[in-house]
Amino acid sequence: MSAPESKPLAHPVRVKIVLAVLAAALTVAGGVPLFKHRHFGTPFVAGPGVTKVIKLSDYSPGLKGRFVDADVFVMEGAEPGGKALIMANTHANEPAGYLAVKILIENAVVQKGTLYIIPTINVSASRNTKAGDGYPLYYDIPTDWGRVRFRMGTRDASPLESWPDPDVYIHYPDKQLLSYLDLRNTNRTWPGRPNGPMMERVTYAAMELMRKEKIDLAFDFHGAETMFPVTNCIVAPQKSAKFATLASMMVKAMEGFDSHVEPSPQNFRGLSHREIGDFSNTLPFLLEAPIPFLDQPTGPKTVKLLLDGKDPFLLSLAKKKKLFVSYDANGWPMDKRVGQHMSTTLEIIRQFSKKTPDRAIRLSGAPKYADLVRDGVGKYFHDPAKAEPGRIHYE
Amino acid sequence: MNVIMIFYYLITAALVCLLGWNLIREKKSANDMILGLLVMIPLVLRLLRVK
Repeated sequence: MSAPESKPLAHPVRVKIVLAVLAAALTVAGGVPLFKHRHFGTPFVAGPGVTKVIKLSDYSPGLKGRFVDADVFVMEGAEPGGKALIMANTHANEPAGYLAVKILIENAVVQKGTLYIIPTINVSASRNTKAGDGYPLYYDIPTDWGRVRFRMGTRDASPLESWPDPDVYIHYPDKQLLSYLDLRNTNRTWPGRPNGPMMERVTYAAMELMRKEKIDLAFDFHGAETMFPVTNCIVAPQKSAKFATLASMMVKAMEGFDSHVEPSPQNFRGLSHREIGDFSNTLPFLLEAPIPFLDQPTGPKTVKLLLDGKDPFLLSLAKKKKLFVSYDANGWPMDKRVGQHMSTTLEIIRQFSKKTPDRAIRLSGAPKYADLVRDGVGKYFHDPAKAEPGRIHYE
Repeated sequence: MNVIMIFYYLITAALVCLLGWNLIREKKSANDMILGLLVMIPLVLRLLRVK
């Protein structure tokens, strides 16, 4: 039976104009917040320890002029020593590491050795969002002088930088088959190649930085779900395991928090803790702090959940022993997560410096776990209104 | 921007043109007009390099 033939509209042009205007209004209403988010910058005040700010493309011309080119804050001590690289926002929906490096950049001073800090290694992911999961576009951290607004990013780079996705991502150089999405995931594209897909270029530039600058230690800050087994830990390959284990024991004994050591799997390619160790002389460490916001069975993905980590569904699951971390009504607040990253990093640097005095790194001014839990992270952010204009960098 | 990405932008632009042409030709169904316009929104956002 054929469908009844509909009659022509009485005023089709008028109807089209009205509908087109409505569609344009929807496009603008949806597009403007996303455009603003993509171009929003949080001020980072280069503290007394920052000696220069360079670009990742300085190490690989394939990134020159690209949207994904990242800032590298360099903090050189008066005395030569070892070198460490700290990277945050590999996954830009795991922001504790990003806040930790902001605190380091604004407060720390290096006396011996050099620190290289990349606040956002995946620039594109930090300017992307996950609308389907109801992610907030921004979150605010209170300080004594006002609120600091940060972009909430997501795990993968935007298709605006890397499009289309393949059916399967074939890792380079191992040829391991990974998820199609991993082409835009900077923790699957290590060690990268200079003219490969965009995220491989980013990781290649970071590898070049490590090789050319002879970096001793590399830290990659992450967050992981409380229901994911690899959480609240230091992921390290065999060559880094000694320092990770010592640091894990020391933070447990001296600072009262857990961060166990997980071995870096040899057969799972593309991860920073695996490829940095295999393709350079640097000792890699990937730090995971629990982030309840990323767990699937939670309530709405609100800023409150992101910052305090309190969720009644996770609490119920914790009582059934379904989580991989201890979890109570206090949740897992941001201050605690940032503190874990900070203290674990400082402890690994301290242990490395003790064992290799000629490559030691000594720094001061960085708050530790207890300071951050007591004072809150906002206490350590500097007011850009009081900074010299040349010292402000929008990240 | 690599070659395949340029092709994808050209494909997107072609789709927007086709949807626009269908909208111009449609005389009977307001539902089809709405459908065409809604499908165009993400394509336009991609062409404008917003999302």
